[in-house]
Amino acid sequence: MFYREAGDFKTSYRDDQQTFPIPFDRWAVGVLLAFAFLVVPFIINEYWEKSVLLPFLVWSMAALGLNILTGYCGQVSLGTGGFMAVGAYASYKFTTAFPELNLFVIVILSGGVTAFVGILFGLPSLRIKGFYLAVATLAAQFFLVWLFNKVPWFYNYSASGMITAPARTMFGIEITGPSAPSWATYLFCLTVVVLFALVARNLTRGRVGRSWMAIRDMDIAAEIIGVAPLKAKLSAFAISSFYIGVAGALFFSVYLGAAEPTEAFGIDKSFLVLFMIIIGGLGSIMGSFIGAAFITLIPVLFKNIMVGGLGWPTDMVQHLIFMLLGGLIMFFLIVEPHGLAQLWRITKEKLRLWPFPH
Amino acid sequence: MSPAILNTIEVILNGLMAGVMYSLVALGFVLIFKASGIFNYAQGVFALFAALTLVGFQTGQIPFAHVINVVLGTEYHHWGEGLNNFIAIVLTMLVMVGLAWLVERLVLRHLVNQEQIILFMATIGLAFFMEGLGDLMWGANIKVLDIGIPSGGSFWWEDVTKTWAPAESDYYGMYIDVLDVWAAVVAIILVIALTLFSQFTKTGRALRAVADDHQAALTVGISLRTIWVIVWSIAGFVALVAGIMWGAKSGVQFSLSLIALKALPVLILGGFTSIPGAIIGGLIIGVGEKLFEYGIGPLIGGATENWFAYVLALFFLMFRPQGLFGDKIIERV
Repeated sequence: MFYREAGDFKTSYRDDQQTFPIPFDRWAVGVLLAFAFLVVPFIINEYWEKSVLLPFLVWSMAALGLNILTGYCGQVSLGTGGFMAVGAYASYKFTTAFPELNLFVIVILSGGVTAFVGILFGLPSLRIKGFYLAVATLAAQFFLVWLFNKVPWFYNYSASGMITAPARTMFGIEITGPSAPSWATYLFCLTVVVLFALVARNLTRGRVGRSWMAIRDMDIAAEIIGVAPLKAKLSAFAISSFYIGVAGALFFSVYLGAAEPTEAFGIDKSFLVLFMIIIGGLGSIMGSFIGAAFITLIPVLFKNIMVGGLGWPTDMVQHLIFMLLGGLIMFFLIVEPHGLAQLWRITKEKLRLWPFPH
Repeated sequence: MSPAILNTIEVILNGLMAGVMYSLVALGFVLIFKASGIFNYAQGVFALFAALTLVGFQTGQIPFAHVINVVLGTEYHHWGEGLNNFIAIVLTMLVMVGLAWLVERLVLRHLVNQEQIILFMATIGLAFFMEGLGDLMWGANIKVLDIGIPSGGSFWWEDVTKTWAPAESDYYGMYIDVLDVWAAVVAIILVIALTLFSQFTKTGRALRAVADDHQAALTVGISLRTIWVIVWSIAGFVALVAGIMWGAKSGVQFSLSLIALKALPVLILGGFTSIPGAIIGGLIIGVGEKLFEYGIGPLIGGATENWFAYVLALFFLMFRPQGLFGDKIIERV
């Protein structure tokens, strides 16, 4: 009825190429963003910030990053946790070394450092493919975490080996540190994530994104038609690592506040992000968000129902959530290997034609 | 011989033993990969699950006791004294066969013809599921697994090696865990048995046929589904053996499932499709990481065993992308 293109005439090339071509989409995204920016900050409280909104935003960012590499460029990576650690430690070193630096700049710089590390660990991808590459990225995961544990320079020689985010302000309002207000941390993360989601959306629609997808679909064929695998693969590694690094920086300095590498950036985090993009949808920007929402919110929901509602012990619920997560992943792979984003796409197709079947 | 050389030999020997333990896990991977082209990430969790089940049967735990108690408000924990080792192992094996059947029935059957990477991710999901299930069934506490395999250092070997060093040096002999030697023996028996099975039995021949070509195997009347159940059962059996050995060595606990991650570089070195490759890859990784930790580890802060295997595998891949014994990868447009 209302979700359709009929009657929406595009009169310029610009109109035809805009990010959201369907007016209803534009409206929906606009309303959602307005709600997120203008309403949520006033009603947010500590619980919603710490256990729902911040994790969702941070993991969305990480999922975006991995989706660029795995979903768009087809290179499976199990090193996400390690790259997030790079972002976190870079942001820690920058904030402590340059206390005057703007937090936004720090986050970007941390992403840049991670991009560089990502290129280094992406080099083997020029020769190795598939699982072999997945195992090679495990080297990044374990080596990086080990490095941050063993080299005292990274954690400023603190006795506990932990890193703690010092309080930093932006426009006079604290963003990091224990006394930062909920709405400020939320708005900061939201701004970063929305900004980079838009960038990602347009990157993947452009020349770079097309070369990634060509490599993903068949790298030899892509090479023959003139896509340079070196450029495409390494740029995918760099940009993906940039996103993951930014996610790591946000995760540590805004969300956690303090971190210890083995615990916060272990291999389980790599798998978690991988699950997000599988469930959400490989090769879809929106899928990254849906997947992150799904994986971060389902445990919260079940915890509330089972621990809060039924009064079951936490450890048992923890195991049940594990089973559920595993079961859901298998279920989604069987029913819809392209994830929730594909279901949404099918729904959209149906809506366009509704009430007619064809 | 000087103590330095003897120490190095000791490190190499222990590396070989550790390598055998890795190979035990890698073997399960290779079996499944050869027969169904699935890279089964859940193999490590299978080992954990098998060990948990075995301990459960041995000590007479009631499965899901925790859940039952919470939901019904009862206080059940054990149903008796437990079973003797042999019966417990047989029962565990039955459970693993049942599991193989369920996996084929509920998951694999629906994923035929999907890309390998999708199958790989499905097995990661399976691993999560089994991890939760194992903990829910038998409890998450660390358990001791003892089925009567001797363990501890070998005094005889210590005494023998002591005489090798010059009398004036205070060399006190080499340390070798008897359990590791047993594991090596078991691994050798297992490989011989598997080789004999696949060479000389009808089922074994069918397995190799499926490994060579699914479609051709189907056309000569081999049931793929039966073969898959058999393969996953065998992998379950290998997982049981690995679970017993690792469980006896370091207790049955969650970290047991992480040995799957250690088996990955072993597979890469040896190649996914070669049983001898799994063994030799395991030995190379075992010796390599022990020697590196012994020689270079102290210089850079130790605990290098966490990552050395992966980096070693990475360097191997640079020169031989298909592993040492893997089939050559041919790509066509």
